[in-house]
Amino acid sequence: MQLSVWTYEGPPHIGAMRIATAMRDVHYVLHAPQGDTYADLLFTMIERRDRRPPVTYTTFQARDLGGDTADLLQSAVRAAYDRFQPQAMIVGASCTAELIQDDPGGLAQALRLPIPVIPLELPAYQRKENWGASETFYRIVRALAASSADGSPRREKETGARPVCNLLGPTALGFRHRDDLAEVTRQVVELGIEINVVAPWNATPADLARLPLADFNIVLYPEIAATAAQWLQRQFGQPYTRTIPIGVTATREFIAEVAQLAGVDAAPVLARTESRLPWYSRSVDSTYLTGKRVFIFGDATHAVAAARVATQELGFEVVGLGTYSREFAREIREAAAIYGVEPLITDDYLEVEARVGELRPELVLGTQMERHIAKRLGVPCAVISSPCHVQDFPARYSPQMGFEGANVLFDTWVHPLMMGLEEHLLGMFREDHEFADHAPSHLGAAPAAPASPPVRVVEPVTSTELAWASDAERELTKIPFFVRGKARRNTERFARERNVNLITLETLYDAKAHFGR
Amino acid sequence: MTIHAQPCAVPSTVSPDGVLRERGQREVFCGLTGIVWLHRKIQDAFFLVVGSRTCAHLIQSAAGVMIFAEPRFATAIMEERDLAGLVDANDELDRIVTQLLARRPEIKLLFLVGSCPSEVIKLDLSRAALRLSQRFSPGVRVLNYSGSGIETTFTQGEDACLASLVPVLPAADRGARPSLLVVGALADVVEDQFRRTFTALGIDQVSFLPPRRSSELPAIGPETRVLLAQPFLGDTARALEERGCRRIPAPFPLGGEGTALWLAAAAEAFGVSRAHVDRTIAPLKARAERALARYRAQLAGKRVFLFPDSQIEIPLARFLAREIGMELVEVGTPYLHRDHLAAELKLLPQDVLLSEGQDVERQLDRCRAARPDLVVCGLGLANPLEAEGLTTKWSIELIFTPIQGFEQAGDLAELFARPLLRQTRLAV
Ligand code: SF4
Repeated sequence: MQLSVWTYEGPPHIGAMRIATAMRDVHYVLHAPQGDTYADLLFTMIERRDRRPPVTYTTFQARDLGGDTADLLQSAVRAAYDRFQPQAMIVGASCTAELIQDDPGGLAQALRLPIPVIPLELPAYQRKENWGASETFYRIVRALAASSADGSPRREKETGARPVCNLLGPTALGFRHRDDLAEVTRQVVELGIEINVVAPWNATPADLARLPLADFNIVLYPEIAATAAQWLQRQFGQPYTRTIPIGVTATREFIAEVAQLAGVDAAPVLARTESRLPWYSRSVDSTYLTGKRVFIFGDATHAVAAARVATQELGFEVVGLGTYSREFAREIREAAAIYGVEPLITDDYLEVEARVGELRPELVLGTQMERHIAKRLGVPCAVISSPCHVQDFPARYSPQMGFEGANVLFDTWVHPLMMGLEEHLLGMFREDHEFADHAPSHLGAAPAAPASPPVRVVEPVTSTELAWASDAERELTKIPFFVRGKARRNTERFARERNVNLITLETLYDAKAHFGR
Repeated sequence: MTIHAQPCAVPSTVSPDGVLRERGQREVFCGLTGIVWLHRKIQDAFFLVVGSRTCAHLIQSAAGVMIFAEPRFATAIMEERDLAGLVDANDELDRIVTQLLARRPEIKLLFLVGSCPSEVIKLDLSRAALRLSQRFSPGVRVLNYSGSGIETTFTQGEDACLASLVPVLPAADRGARPSLLVVGALADVVEDQFRRTFTALGIDQVSFLPPRRSSELPAIGPETRVLLAQPFLGDTARALEERGCRRIPAPFPLGGEGTALWLAAAAEAFGVSRAHVDRTIAPLKARAERALARYRAQLAGKRVFLFPDSQIEIPLARFLAREIGMELVEVGTPYLHRDHLAAELKLLPQDVLLSEGQDVERQLDRCRAARPDLVVCGLGLANPLEAEGLTTKWSIELIFTPIQGFEQAGDLAELFARPLLRQTRLAV
């Protein structure tokens, strides 16, 4: 058993729903009790979808457990088929139904419906949402693409025909998938490459049957589409992209990789396409971004990409890097090694909170969970990854990928930070009453002094022998609240290392000289 | 393509009492959802769900990820190895409870909340609660109840929680004066208002279940009169009756009329004179009516369709029909407790269509065909219906908002008026 307060990922059948909901003309019959229908609201409320997810739940009850849950499943499959007339169905169990072992996939196939019925085995006690999405997408692709292409290699290309690709990965409830897709599509089209199928986003089963016709695949989200892409490569010899176009450099590399797979020349596109990020980052106002200490947490793809953008394109310093997806722990470990930080692989929200508290970063790039942690600790934050919130589905165009995505990253990561001169004025004139800690600021209120009920604010362990002289303590209050914690911690560390028991004004400034800013 | 036109295997029936009973797909929460409000109501209680990742995800999604403070609930997520051996599952549970209580020393009452998975594998949480109670007594009391979706629908989780508290309520002294026990979680502000009104009526021995702190468990006995504040408390009422308490039949305190009848029923049980009741209640009721008047003007004659959700639908329908003048197209409820709703059912219009249980697709068909002016439904259905041009009100707000009592009657009506008002404002 695992004690969990908040979870980063839902169970694997939520991942399956993300695939089914992204697609058209697919229906998902889920053997599950009534409470599991809450999942609909993720799509209708958080993502504001205007249609219900294409899911029928059997909603069996305790009184059904005696024996007729299998009947219930079959009648639900039949009724769903009659009502929705899908081109294909997926059938599976949620955590509870897994325990009653009805074999929903087999029962559904026994009905011999005139459409493909794809059984899903998603072990709910071992796996989670992203894995469930990946596995579901793979199963559907496998069932539908294989049946159509009878394993034959992709079509012979006429000389001079345009190169063709598929775009794989965007799902329902994905972090900015809608806009990433638009941005990447634009990029690919500019290269003169034709897009055969986008999946699962808006794809029908018939579209999936056409997947083998492409020359190669573009994988936008490996968490969702890598497994399917690997299968397509094995089966149809379609290579697939590895670069994730988040940030300017990565986007340029992505364009080069795609161009190379397509056999086209990337140079003209690379020459004319630009992002504003490089100039914005070089403009003098951005010097205050230098060395900002940033903590990054999210799904591995977004976290690794964010670390690269943060260091190379914004001049930040990565002080922490982690992910909740164990399936991608290796990627995070490799990246953490580059930045010389301890990788954090956990889906325990409290552990992440503790780490942020210890590291005291100046900026947190994380999920909605980290946004709450950051808010509580009074640290600016931007969201870079699922799990999402209604705010992560903005009305405006707001991709993370491509050159426009880089512009978005610059804005959304930099705006939460204190602006250059404002920061200086705050530092110089602490006594201005309008600069009081709780005065309104675009940063939002300072962290409310110990929130109630006492949240586990992770304070540095203060040894009992260590005391602050009152003038030093007063001086500390003249330091802006957003760096005060760091100043206090550094000074105490400095004192402890030198066996100083009373921190005086002199100690404070000695420590400042020692540590720098 | 062949289309297998099979008759649907889950029939619906209209019973002799005119209620449409359906047994198809239910689009409702399970009882775990009650934790979202109960964990705030009882300030020193903690709710530990013994379940799956789905259960954890449900609560967090229903709560809309409210992480403003560390919540007093969590899930012990069962993993593969917990399913293999039950002994181990118990050991694991003990380990987690120990870990939890060490982290949260302020917790005095711990609920182990059963889920579908814990029930299907027959993990005996009552034995676990007993064992853990002994281990952590006297500091912490450990109780258990089921919030599973195979046993409970949405608000039935609160019923199960409160029913689990009944056996540990202290016994009232012999010969204790008659006391009133108001049952069902209410917003603190509403509770305070009711307490003042009961005092004004001359009923001063009043307590509430659940209490705000576990140290304030009310004493009960044969002189205890139970007044239900919520319509979904069947098991709790039965458990209280088994301990000798007597239930006061009454409608529920929604709207001016409902609140007046509810208070009057209590007053009558305590022998308060009719005249005193009228004197006390009249100005409050008049104020509620004043508050309702403007909403009545906006809502009268509008047709409303209620999907089943919290069991509050019948009292709500009574309020909407009688005090607001709305026309009831269909009133769905997940479960119809005839006994507790007797007074309510009498007040409903004769020809109203009541439905119990659900077959969500068929109900949606009926709703679309009827094209009501307002649909009261769950979060999964609201936006899709809006996209079809219907106007909706999310039913969950009726559980998360103070709506009971005279002073909230206007607020309650406003919840229904706002979506319609919004329609008239928007020009896009
Ligand atoms: S319906 Fe059952 S499995 Fe689903 S969330 Fe509720 S208790 Fe958990």
